[in-house]
Order: sequence, then structure tokens, then C-alpha cells
Amino acid sequence: MQSEEEKIGDLGLEEKEAIVVRFAGDSGDGMQLTGNNFTQATALYGNDLSTFPDFPAEIRAPVGATFGVSAFQIHFGAEDISTAGDDIDVLVAMNPAALVTNLENVAEGGLVIVDRGAFTAKNLNKAQYDSNPLEDGTLEGYRLLSIDIHKQVLAAVEPFGLSHKDGLRCKNIWTLGLIMWLFDRDRSVTIKNLKSKFANDPTVAEANIAALNAGHAYGETAELPVGIHVYKIPKAKVISGTYRNISGMQALAWGFLAGSELANIDLLFASYPITPASSLLHELANRKEFRVNTFQAEDEIAAVCAAIGASFAGSLGITSSAGPGIALKAEGISLAAASELPLVIVNTQRGGPSTGLPTKTEQSDFNMALFGRHGDTPIPVIAAATSADCFDVAIEAVRLATKYMTPVMLLSDGYLANSSEPWKIPDFDSFASFKVKHYDDPKDFKPSIRDEETKARVWAKPGTPGMEHRIGGIERSFDTGDISYDPENHQKMTDLRKYKVENISSDIPLQEISYGNDSGKLAVVGWGSTYGVIHQAVKRAVKEGLQVSHIQVRYLAPMPSNLGQLLSSFDAVLVPEMNTGQFIRMLRSEFLVEAEGLNKVSGQPFKINEILASIYKKYKGLEG
Amino acid sequence: MDQSLPTLTFKDFATDQEVRWCPGCGDFAILKTIQKVMPNLNRPKENQVFVSGIGCASRFPYYMNTFGFHTIHGRAPAIATGVKLANPELDVWVITGDGDGFSIGGNHMMHMIRRNVDLQILLFNNEIYGLTKGQYSPTSQTGTLSPSSPAGSIDSPLSPCLVSLGSGGTFIARSIDTESKHLSQIIERGSKHCGSSFIEILQNCPIYNDGIFEQVKNKKLAADFRVEVNHGDPIIFGKDNKKGIKLNRESLSLEVVPVAGNEDQLLKHDERNKVQAQLLASMKGPDFPIAVGVLYKEERNLFIEDNQKQLRKHRSEKGSVKKLLESGDTWQVK
Repeated sequence: MQSEEEKIGDLGLEEKEAIVVRFAGDSGDGMQLTGNNFTQATALYGNDLSTFPDFPAEIRAPVGATFGVSAFQIHFGAEDISTAGDDIDVLVAMNPAALVTNLENVAEGGLVIVDRGAFTAKNLNKAQYDSNPLEDGTLEGYRLLSIDIHKQVLAAVEPFGLSHKDGLRCKNIWTLGLIMWLFDRDRSVTIKNLKSKFANDPTVAEANIAALNAGHAYGETAELPVGIHVYKIPKAKVISGTYRNISGMQALAWGFLAGSELANIDLLFASYPITPASSLLHELANRKEFRVNTFQAEDEIAAVCAAIGASFAGSLGITSSAGPGIALKAEGISLAAASELPLVIVNTQRGGPSTGLPTKTEQSDFNMALFGRHGDTPIPVIAAATSADCFDVAIEAVRLATKYMTPVMLLSDGYLANSSEPWKIPDFDSFASFKVKHYDDPKDFKPSIRDEETKARVWAKPGTPGMEHRIGGIERSFDTGDISYDPENHQKMTDLRKYKVENISSDIPLQEISYGNDSGKLAVVGWGSTYGVIHQAVKRAVKEGLQVSHIQVRYLAPMPSNLGQLLSSFDAVLVPEMNTGQFIRMLRSEFLVEAEGLNKVSGQPFKINEILASIYKKYKGLEG
Repeated sequence: MDQSLPTLTFKDFATDQEVRWCPGCGDFAILKTIQKVMPNLNRPKENQVFVSGIGCASRFPYYMNTFGFHTIHGRAPAIATGVKLANPELDVWVITGDGDGFSIGGNHMMHMIRRNVDLQILLFNNEIYGLTKGQYSPTSQTGTLSPSSPAGSIDSPLSPCLVSLGSGGTFIARSIDTESKHLSQIIERGSKHCGSSFIEILQNCPIYNDGIFEQVKNKKLAADFRVEVNHGDPIIFGKDNKKGIKLNRESLSLEVVPVAGNEDQLLKHDERNKVQAQLLASMKGPDFPIAVGVLYKEERNLFIEDNQKQLRKHRSEKGSVKKLLESGDTWQVK
């Protein structure tokens, strides 16, 4: 051990501007709770941060199983943080399974903290370790802090008279205390959280607080290996203002509430539970003091249909799901397009096809979003880039749906939904309203009256005298709105539906460069949740003097009118996507650009180094 | 009801659209009856919303001068539920057929009924797929010869009223397309009922399933094959009302008995009795007459009303987006 320490020397964390910590344990070990509390403390400390909860599909997998490992990763530091980080600087492994599934991602010389008490023969066997990795040299090259947390936590909670089992349940909080010591975090928010979480059981609350303090005290008093001491990560330099942490789903839900205020319209959010989309339903169901009503439908089809019914009745219908559920909604979306009713569909993408990887992230529903309907049925498609961006994108979806009387698809994904970041709270008073006006003039009324500019059909709601009319999925006459099988009329209506969506490109911002110059050798073009990782990779490349720029596209259909021209200002285009190359096909066919894809479908987000390596490779080719 | 409403006639509920059902279709009679019954309901015309799925019956909304939404196959119940959730003041009518409502849309039908959404469901049951040219439907009798069952269908039919009863329906009734007076009464009662009012209308398809309800509809045969049930009245039928229905208490089953000599033992219709409703809904030929009338009725909590109660409770204080954004843990950066 001594020689190992000499070889690695100090952890070197103080030289780092940013740190990645990953808490990993059994799905019942409370790793998400641990991570969330550490996140809060870190935000209050003043670091910028980004988090990524990574949990299994099984609710309670067998204890100790590798497929039951639940993890929470946080990346924090002084620089602008926009990803959950690549290599892990500090891994907390609560059992052998957590170690075996995460060790390969720990940086060379990184700190591995394990609960030795969980490294029993049985657990080692479950993690398919032939011998104990704490003793057999597996951890050579890493800094190991092996503590019998079982023993420590039981001693800490002994005065509270908890059962052995309940006592051990505090071990995540003990570990949190230790990590808080390591990074000099304030425990008071966690103490407040524990008191509120266990308000009905003050003994359990006190036991957890004792465990938290004991973990912290262990760091202060135990004789730890050389190099393990308190690290003070510099605070981030950020714009002044009031900040909060926000997850993608929270931002999305709040964005819809904000959108309903700005549009001055009621919302009906109709949805069917599905991972990882359900939390949107939960959040909105708890916000009935706003103009939102929620409906848990009997299935995905009923959910989209109830939303359409609400839109027909004058509210804005919103439905939400993940890939398989969106597939079921396709016929309903086409009805909304045909009958020209507003509708917002949120797709929180996950790994596919079929059930695929329900809890893992992917961007493989791009094609379905743009083309996954029968008939010529174009609809606007927009994608959120970061957790905080979900707020603005939700508002934009409400604006487009109500202004253009069209279904709008909003793409998020499992990573965005669950990850959180600090968010400078915007001044809501400064948001421009886009009030909806329901049509109510009975003079010569027909449902086919259109707005001159947008070509959107009038929105006349039931309950308004003189507005009685019929709509439906059968093709309607352009002139009267009545059923029409006339060949020329179908041509006209098909052209109209296409025009209506394409015309939206004149009502959206021009594409901006996210980072770098507006021309150069290489443009790295992304959409959705790859924003953060591309941003970091391009920033590093630019720092090294490469002429690389980052373009992140929010409007996928219609695309910004200047995007093609922008792409042609670069010698080459690189398109990282968490699919086999869907957006790139669109860019190639629309703009005839020579784009190259970087594709990853492992269920895990890209790492900065993966993008960076691809930038280097592509760039080398350009110079050669 | 609202006395200030203008007096309307059935003509106010007709549209200028050419009615495109086959000549002789039972749907014409139903349309006429509903157009006539609407003024009697004394409700604002602009509050009437007809929502349908796909099929012959589902063309219905185009011919009603009210709000109408001709939607997609089987999904009218879900769309109607959304309409009602968005605006509980509206009178929502779901128009569906046996294929639309009980095959492709069976799931939504079941849930609309169990939720007790406050609306009316009119099922035009002709026991056949009409618009797709004559295939057997989930209510077709076993052995139905059709393009997709040339050797006779082998499916067992379901009973819409029994499914509704099993789904927790609170108003279950049956009537006949051409029996305008009876149908009007049933629809009026259904529209007054608070909850999901389910009305099965036996409807003749003259093209693909002609005469399937002949025994029930033919004036000469109907006396023996149809019985009208009225709350509180003994259940009697047949020429000169000589036959009656009796409950065998040993086997918990119904029997057809002569009225004479059994006057005290005849079953009296109690529309609040669910077990009895099940027995009556199950009656069919050749051994029993088909029961028409309100088979079952109960008062139960209303989905829409409960939803509104929750909304009112939460909205006693209006939410502020500004406050929401600043709620929870925040920190200042200077």
C-alpha cells in the first residue's frame, strides 16, 4: 500500500476546477436521495453543477445484483459545467456490484470509497468477483478508502434504539456526511430535509442526522490515507441573480404552466404512466392551483384523444409519453393535424426499439417525431437542449400550437428529464404574452375561416352561440369546412398543411452559433440533450486553437431558415447523435451537406472526450 | 330549466348536409328521433356536442346542427371525456356503433362507463360492420355469414348492456331504431341522468344484416319477442299480455310463465336492482323476449364533478408562476 501511495501521490483534486462524484449502491440504498442532498449543498456552496441520476428499470432488484445498481453522478466546479462529467474522480461504492459496474469509469488515480462491510462472500459472488477486489490488486492505480460503514453507522445510530435493519438504512446518509466533509459542504440543508422527510418519525430523523454527523466526524478524526483531506473546489463565477436547481421535467412542467398564463388558456394534461415520462404527470397533478387539469387516461391512445377533446372544447390539450407510447398516439396526432386543433405532445425519449431500455437515454425518436404518421402530416418538432431550456421550449410549444392550430412535438429524453442544473430564475414579468382569442363572431361563420398570415383555422369553442360546427378526420373543404372528397380540394388542403408548418420558419429565431465563430473548419451540430457535452468538447478544442464551432438546433421542423447557409460556412460538419444517424440524414437531404455522424446508443450520454476525439480525428483529416 | 332559451324545433337541429346512409337504414329513424327530442331537453343548442368514432353511425354528427366531432375509430369516448373535462357545462353525446364501441374502442367504452363521466352514449347496434362492407362484428351472432366468415363466424357475441353493467354503468337502457316514442323517452331520461348514460339502440342494417332484429321489430312477432320494462311494473308480454317473467329463487334464473295463476309471483321491474338488471339484460330469443327500457339506474359519484371539486379546492388561491419559480431552495449570487 505504501508504495502505491507514493506512486499516486496526492489526489490532486485541488488542482482541478471541477470534480465528478458518483454515488453507487443497491436500488434500495437511497443513492438518489444522497445525490440530491449533496447537489443542494453543492449549489448553495456556489459551484456550478450538473447531475445525472442513473437508475435501473427494476424497482427493487435482488439485493447485491449488478443489474440493481442505482447511481447518482454529480459534476461540480468553478468553470461552467454543462455535463454530468466524463471520468469519475470520486466513486462511492456501497457494495461489490456498485464497484464492478462503475470502476472502469473512474479516472486513473481516482478515489474509490467502499463500504467494506458489504464486501461479503455472498455479495462478491453476486457481483461475479472471484476474489475480493479490495485485496487482490483490482484497485491498483486507484486511491482506495475502505471503511466498514456497516459498523460505523450502527455505532452512530445505537442510541436511537433502531433495529439492525433500520440502523443500516442510515448508511447512505453516513456516507453523505463523509463526502460533505471531503468537499467542505454545509450539512444544514440536509438536516432540514431529513427532519421534513421523517416528520412522522422523529427518531428515524434524529438517527439519520446522527449518521450524517458521524460520517462527517469520521473524515475529521480518522487517520485517513495520505492525500485524503478536505478539498476546497473554487466557486463558479456566474452572473449575479437568484438561482435554484431545476430538473428537466420540473422545468418542462413549469414551462407549461407559464405558457398557459402567457396564452391565457386552460390546460388539460392527459397522460398514461410510462418511464421516464411519468414525472411530468406527477408534477402537474400537484399544481392544480394553476390553470392545469390532469387526467390519467386508460391508455396512451385515450390520453392523446382526451387532450384533443379538450382542445376542441377550447382548452389546450397536452399529452406526454416515451417512444412506445408516442407510437400508439400517432393516429390521434394525425387527427389533430387534420382537424387543425392545437395539441402538444412531449416525447421523453428512451432506449428503443420496443420496451428497449426504459430508464436509459437515447435520441432515436427523431424520425418518428418528424415522419411517424400516416399521410402527409407535417407537424412542428422542437427539442430541449438542457434541463433549464425545457422551460423555454415548453412555452414555445404552447405558443406554436395555439398560434398555428397544430400539434407540436416536443422532444426531451431520459437524461434531460432526470438531470438537474442550477438555473438563474428568469423574470417572468418580462416574458411576452401571446393571448389566445377564441373566435366568436357569428356573422358568416364557418370553421374554415383562416388567419391571413399564419393560415391557421379559427378556434371556435363549444358553448359559444352561433359557432356550431362540425369537424373531423375526413378531408374538409377549404372553403366551407364541410366534408369534401374533391380531388383538387385534397391537393389544396395537403399543400396548406405543408405550407402552414413550413411558414413557421419565419416566426422562429435564426439559428445561432452556440459557441465559436460563425464560419471555420468544422461545425459540430447537435440537437437535444447533447448540448452540454458538445459545448464542453468544442470549448476545449477552441482553447487549443482549433477552428471549431458548436451549433445546437432547437427547431427540428421546420428548421431555421439560415441553417443551410450557416452549415455551408464550414469546411466540414460533424453530427453527434445518440442514435444511428437520424438528424444527419435530414441535414444531408435538406442542405446537401457532407456531414459525418458520431453515433452512440449505449443508453449513456456522450462523454466530452468521445466528442473531442472525434473532433480531433475529423480536424486532422481536414488539415491533411 | 333556463326559461330564457329560445323555442327550438327539430328543424333547428338539422344541417344542410346531404344524409349519406343507405336507403332504409335504421340510422335515419334514429337521427329524426334525436332531432325531435333535442328541443324537449330545453338546453342551449350551443352547449350540445356530438362526438363520434368511425363507422356508419359515426357520420351522425355531420347531420346535427350542433357542435360535432367525427374522430377516429373507437376513440370517441376518450375525446368526449376530454371535452367534458375541459368544459363541464357542455352536454356531450357519444355516438358509436358495435364495432367502433365494442371492438376497436372496447377499452375506452369500459373506462368511460366506469368513470361515470357525465354524458350520453348512444350505441347503434346493427350486429355487423357496415362501412367496411359487411364483416361480422363483436355483437354478431355466432354463425354469421359474412365476407370474412364465409363458413360462419365462430366468435361468441358480447352483450353491450352486460358489458356496461359489468363496467359499473349507472344508466343502462335499450331501445329500437324505429320505435321513436320509446326511444325518445329513453333518451330524455338518459340525458337527465347524472353520469354515463348508456343506451343501446337495436338498429337494422338493410344491406348487410337485414332483418336481424325482425322478431323484436315486426309488429306481429314483437309481442312474443320483446318486453318493455318499466320501473315498478310487473314484467308481462305476449299477445294480450298473457305471459310474464318470474324469478326462480332456487336457481336464481328467470322463467317465462303464464300470467294467469302467477299474478303474485311475477317479477316486478326494479331498475335499482343490479342483479335483476343482469338477468333482464341477458334475456334473448328464442326462449325469452328481449327487454327494452331502462334496465338499470343508480346514482353514484360523478367523475367530472369530483374533478371540479378538486380543482376548486386547489384554486381557492390562484397560482403565481413568479412565486413558483422562486419556491423552495434558492440562493443569491452577487
